[in-house]
Amino acid sequence: MKKVAVVGVAQTKFSGPQEKTGVELFAEAATEAIEVSSLKPQDIKALFVGNALADFEEGQGMIQAYAAENIGCLYAPANRYEGACASASMAVRDAFMWVASGYYDIVLAGGVERAATMGTGLATRTFAMFSDARYEYPSGVTFPAVFAMLTYLYADTYKIPLQKLREQMARVSIQSYQHGSTNPKAQFYGKNADMTVEKVLGSFVVCTPLTLHDCCPFSDGAAAVVLASEEAAKKLTGKPVYITGTGQASCGTLSNQSDYLPRIRAREISSRQAYDMASLKPSDIDICELHDCFSIASLIATESLGFFDFGTSGEAWERGEADIGGKIAINPSGGLKSKGHPIGATGAGQVYEVVRQLRGEVEPERQVPGAKTGMTDTLGGDGGTLVNLILERGW
Amino acid sequence: MEHKLIFKDYNEALLQNKLLGLKCRACGTITVPPKIACRHCTGSELEVVELKGSGKIRTFTTVNVASEGREDEVPYTIVMVELDEGPWLMGNLEGIDPQKASMELIGKYVAMGNKSYGGDKYSAGESARPVFQPVV
Repeated sequence: MKKVAVVGVAQTKFSGPQEKTGVELFAEAATEAIEVSSLKPQDIKALFVGNALADFEEGQGMIQAYAAENIGCLYAPANRYEGACASASMAVRDAFMWVASGYYDIVLAGGVERAATMGTGLATRTFAMFSDARYEYPSGVTFPAVFAMLTYLYADTYKIPLQKLREQMARVSIQSYQHGSTNPKAQFYGKNADMTVEKVLGSFVVCTPLTLHDCCPFSDGAAAVVLASEEAAKKLTGKPVYITGTGQASCGTLSNQSDYLPRIRAREISSRQAYDMASLKPSDIDICELHDCFSIASLIATESLGFFDFGTSGEAWERGEADIGGKIAINPSGGLKSKGHPIGATGAGQVYEVVRQLRGEVEPERQVPGAKTGMTDTLGGDGGTLVNLILERGW
Repeated sequence: MEHKLIFKDYNEALLQNKLLGLKCRACGTITVPPKIACRHCTGSELEVVELKGSGKIRTFTTVNVASEGREDEVPYTIVMVELDEGPWLMGNLEGIDPQKASMELIGKYVAMGNKSYGGDKYSAGESARPVFQPVV
């Protein structure tokens, strides 16, 4: 397998409902990623586009072909990846595989979504399509409901009083809001930096016990990354960031995950693949952009990724161990909670953040000093698709 | 190879308050809802069995924000029940006030009935769902 580098990254601002089409959003991120890589559209041999719901958002199927044509990648092969909220990470991982195999030398990967444009009702309906349609959706399950059930199960499994757990979860949201408030590309840039535990606990209850401030927003946005073989990358940038580990795993209905819940077994398998490929262990990771679709999801993720022991990550957040300067910097971008969650773009947005962190290019307030190794973690559905990537400085 | 039990037949039975599962001839594990392979050992030698439909609540939530088209249903309570035969099954909980659902529900013994979800333009027809009631 050849070494594969990220040479250039770009991201639109993640936001609430906005006026650009999905193709336009993706094209703006993609074109910027190509330009900052000192490349032209015709240098891109293939496109790998994450997108979950354009069919419902705009009545647009096969968005990847229109996106390729829009940006001038004429007649280039373009593939769409649908893995719910993990779509873009699947796209980046497969793009990595094609370059690692030697088949292509330079490709573009990324993703786009207009989830906010759909409004809460249709967005809630279409996100629920990522649960089992025939056996679990009839009960009225929604995405917040899945993680709400995992919250009670987490409290019961690890014998943590619910009120204490909810306060720990509030700390997760507060940290994410603080970082996102200084990230100009974040949906909540300049907002919610003064969030308190009381405000989180006292906000509208979406699904007991999760409140509005435990939940990420619906978002519009796009992100794109250019991947290149080591030889090609060395000609394009003095700061290549190598993808040194990848993993992916899938599983079925939430109820069939019962042997492990509230742990997400697919994440343990996926991250193990990534660690093994990179010959690294959890303590080697400086920064992790992980899938905090809900505050409880951060606690669950950090434990399955091996950063904290099972049942203890809430305490880690209370002690600042999951913050910049702590044991591991979790979501310095603001994460899904504050940066936003345009689901088909989210994984590429995570790569965007990790690459810029490793290059020392983010705003000083949220720069992780000396970060050399980063990880991404993206969860699709109720654990149905898990993707992890490990990235390392190449200079 | 054909399924031993498909959604259509599982659903029709559930509408009659009969919960069908699959028992693996190799490892004895019960799989429900039905699949072509055993959920534990992935074996395909499965036989259709009727389950009791009772078990313990393992977790729950009360939903206040519904999907488009289901706004009239809120608030409602979803539960995951560990069936007597082992597998977990998602359904709704009735017989309690959804607004008063608390962690005291965890461990409560419940028995199954059903209710049909009529479906919407995306769902290719109706689907029954288990509706559990506390056993007193």
